[in-house]
Amino acid sequence: MKERLIGFLLFMSALVSIASLAVITFFIFEAGLPLIFRVGIGNFLQNSIWQPSGKTPQFGIAAMILGSVWVTLGAIMIGVPLGLAVAIFSAELAPPWLAAVIRPVLQLLAGIPSVIYGFIGLTILAPVVRAAFGGPGLSVVTAALILGIMILPSIVSISEDALRAVPRAYRDGALAVGATQWQTIWRVLVPAARSGIVASIILGMGRALGETMAVIMMLGNALQVPRSPLDSATTLTSNIGLELAYASGQHREALFATGVVLFVLIMILNLLANVFTGRLVLWRSRAPSLSTMRTLWRNRVPASDRRSS
Amino acid sequence: MNRQLSQRFAFGLLWSAASATIIILAIIVMFIMVQGLPYVNLAFLTGGPIAQGREGGILPAILGTFALGALSLIIAVPLGVGAAVFLTEYTRPSPLTTIMRFGTDSLAGVPSIIFGLFGFIFFVTRLNLGWSLLAGGLTIALMVLPTLIRTAEEAIRAVPVAYREVSYGLGASRWQMVRTVVLPNALPGIVTGIILSFGRAVGETAAVIFTAGTALNIPTSVLSPTRTMAVHFYILAVEGISLPKAYATGAVLIATILVINVVANLLITRGVARAVRR
Amino acid sequence: MSDFKIQIERFGYAYGNETALRNITLNVRRNSILAIFGPARGGKTTLLRSINRLTDIGEPGTHSGRILLDGQDIYAPGLDVASLRRRVGMVFALPVALPMSILDNVAYGQRLRGVRSPSRIQDLVQQSLEAAALWDEVRDRLDAPATSLSGGQQQRLSIARVLALEPEVILLDEPTAALDPISTAKIEEALVTLKRQYTIIIAPHNVQQAGRVADDTAFFLMGECIEAGPASQLFTVPRDQRTEDYITGRFG
Repeated sequence: MKERLIGFLLFMSALVSIASLAVITFFIFEAGLPLIFRVGIGNFLQNSIWQPSGKTPQFGIAAMILGSVWVTLGAIMIGVPLGLAVAIFSAELAPPWLAAVIRPVLQLLAGIPSVIYGFIGLTILAPVVRAAFGGPGLSVVTAALILGIMILPSIVSISEDALRAVPRAYRDGALAVGATQWQTIWRVLVPAARSGIVASIILGMGRALGETMAVIMMLGNALQVPRSPLDSATTLTSNIGLELAYASGQHREALFATGVVLFVLIMILNLLANVFTGRLVLWRSRAPSLSTMRTLWRNRVPASDRRSS
Repeated sequence: MNRQLSQRFAFGLLWSAASATIIILAIIVMFIMVQGLPYVNLAFLTGGPIAQGREGGILPAILGTFALGALSLIIAVPLGVGAAVFLTEYTRPSPLTTIMRFGTDSLAGVPSIIFGLFGFIFFVTRLNLGWSLLAGGLTIALMVLPTLIRTAEEAIRAVPVAYREVSYGLGASRWQMVRTVVLPNALPGIVTGIILSFGRAVGETAAVIFTAGTALNIPTSVLSPTRTMAVHFYILAVEGISLPKAYATGAVLIATILVINVVANLLITRGVARAVRR
Repeated sequence: MSDFKIQIERFGYAYGNETALRNITLNVRRNSILAIFGPARGGKTTLLRSINRLTDIGEPGTHSGRILLDGQDIYAPGLDVASLRRRVGMVFALPVALPMSILDNVAYGQRLRGVRSPSRIQDLVQQSLEAAALWDEVRDRLDAPATSLSGGQQQRLSIARVLALEPEVILLDEPTAALDPISTAKIEEALVTLKRQYTIIIAPHNVQQAGRVADDTAFFLMGECIEAGPASQLFTVPRDQRTEDYITGRFG
C-alpha cells in the first residue's frame, strides 16, 4: 500500500513538468489571445505602431518582431562561429589541462546573471561602438555582440557533445587515408555531427530571442523599426519587461499577446531542435491517447513488484 | 593551397576562439570586481539601504536572494528528484517518458520573461499571492525544475545496476531499493544540480521582478514582497541611482555565483573520483 | 512433505523472440547442492534468476511452466515477491559490496524487513559472517566500508549477506568466477558446510567445481536441460553423448 502511494507520488511529480508547461501555455494564451483576435492577427503582427495608451490605442508589434529578429540573427552571427570553434577546440585539440580550464569557464559564463552582461554592454561596449561607428551606441550591434557571448555556453556544450559522439572509426578512417587533422575535423567530423550542431544553433537562437534584461539595458529601447545595425530598437521581450510593471487593461493584455507570439516562436524552435537531435521520435509515431497513458501507468512496473510490500 | 598551411591557419583560429572565451570571462569578472570591491565592506553587507540604495547597504537584497533561492528549492527539489526517480526507476522507455522528457526539455527552453508573465498572471494575480517571496519562489521553482530533473536523472543512471540487483535480491521493495541504494549513491550528483539551480535563482531577474516585486525591506514572511541582488543591481544601474553601489552589488552577486560554481565543481570532481575508485 | 525443496516443471523463459530456457523439468532435493553446468549462454543464469524472480527486473521477458517452492508456485498471482526473495537468496558472479559498512551490508536484508534490535542484528551478522568464513578477517572492523575488502572477501560478504536473511534456498551464479584459487577454496568449503541447513543451487565456475561440491548435477546446453542426475553418476557414466563430450572437454 505504501509502495503504491509512493509510486503514485513519484508519478505525479513527473507529471508536474508537463503539467506546468500546459498551465503556463494556458494562462499566457488566455491572457493574450483575446486582444490578438480583437485587433486581428494580421494587424497585430504587421502594424509597427505601438501606442497602447493613446486615445485610439494601436497595438502593432512589427517593430519589436524586427528588433528581435535583428538582434537574434546578430547574436547567432557572433555566437555560432565562436561557439563552434570552441566546441571543436575542446573536443579535438585542447590539451587536457586547457580543456579542464575551458569547461568551468563556460559554466561560469552560463552562470553570470544576464543583468551583469547587460551592464557590461551598457558601460563598456556601447561607448566603444558609439566612438567607433557613431550612432547612439545602445544599438543592435552592441546587443548582438553581448548576446553572442551569452549564448556561447549552450552552443558549445551541445555541439561538443555531438562532436564527441562521432564514432572513433570516422576519425581513424579519415586519418588513415592521409587527411590532415584539420581536413578530418572539417570534412568528416563536423558533417557527421551536423544535426547536433544545428540543434545547438537553434537552441542558441531560442536563448537570444528570449533574453530580456540584458537586451533592455543594451538596446536603447527605441520603438522604431531598425534601419541599420547601429540603430537602437526594441524586442518582443524588452517591451514586455519594460512595460509590464505599470501596464493595465488592454495594455497589459497586449503585453501578454506579445508573450503569446514569443512563446509560439520559442516552441517552434524547441520542436525543431528536438527534431534535429532525433529525440522527438514521438512525432513519427502516434501521440498516445489518454487510455494508452493509463495503460502505461498501470504497466509502469512489472506487476509482480507492485504486489509486494 | 598547402594543406599544412591551411591546417595551421585553422588551428590558429580555434586557439584564438578558445583564448577569447577565457579572456572575455576574465574581463567581465575583473571589471565588476575591480570597480565594485572597493565599495564592499561590512557595513555594505550588513546594513540596510538608504534613499532607494543611493547610500547604505544591501542586507535586505542579500536576505531576499537567499530566501527566494531556498524557497524555490524547497518546492522544486522534491518534485525534481521525484520525477527523476520515476523516469529512471519506475518506468521503462515508452511514449509516456518521451512526452515527459519533451515537456522537461521544452520547459528548459522557455525564456524567463515568459515565466515572469506566467507567475505574474497566475501566482500574483489569479492566486492573489501578490508580489511575494512565495509567488517568486513558485515561479523560480518551475524554472529550475528541468535542471534538477536532468542532473538527478544522470546521477541516478550512474548508480551501478549491480547495486539494484543486490538490493532486490535481498528482498527490497522498489521504494526500499531506491531509498537505500539509489538515492544515497546519487546524492553528490543531485546536490550538484541543487546548487546549480540555486545559482539560477540568484542570477535571475526577469522572472523575479514581476513575481517577487522590488520592495527593499527585509522579508518577514513568505507573503512579503522582496528584492533580490540581481534586481537591486538592475534597478541601481538602469535608473542611475548610484553607480558605485551598483558595482558593489554586482561584485557581491558575481562572488556569490563564483562560490556556487566552485562548490558545484568540487562536488562533481569528488563524485567522479568516487566513481573511479569503485 | 515432498523430498524436493524445489520442483521445476516444464519451465521456459523467453526475452521477446529469443528463447533462453526451453521446457526445463528438474527437481532439487532438500539440503543438497545442485550444480547446473554447461557452456556459456546455456540458460543457467536465467534459470537461477527465475527461481527468485530477479528476471522481473531488467530486460522484460515471459515465462511458461511452473516453479514450485515447497509445493507452492512462485509465479502464482498475488505472491509477495519480496518475501520470496528473502526465502531464496542470490549470490552473483561479480562480488558486489554495497557502498556502506561491512555490518550494514550484512544487516541490509534484515533491516529492510524492519528488524531494528541492535543485539539481534549483531548476532545475525556474526553468525552469517562465521558461516561464510569471513568473521575472523573482519571482526575488528565491522564499521569499515565494505568496498575496502578484497574481491574474495567481498564475495564471502555477499554470501554472508544472503545468509543473514535466514533463507531456505541459496542460488549462486558462478560465485568464484572473479576469484583467486584460495578464495575459491574457502567459498567451496563454506558451501559444503552450509548445505546442512540450506538447499543450494550453484552454477559452478567449471566442471571441476561441480565435481567438488555437487550432490546432484544438471547439464544445460542452449537453453535445454540435456541430462540431470546424481553427480557420481553423471560424471562417470553420462547417458547423453553431448554431456560426455562437454565433461571430457571436447567442446565448451
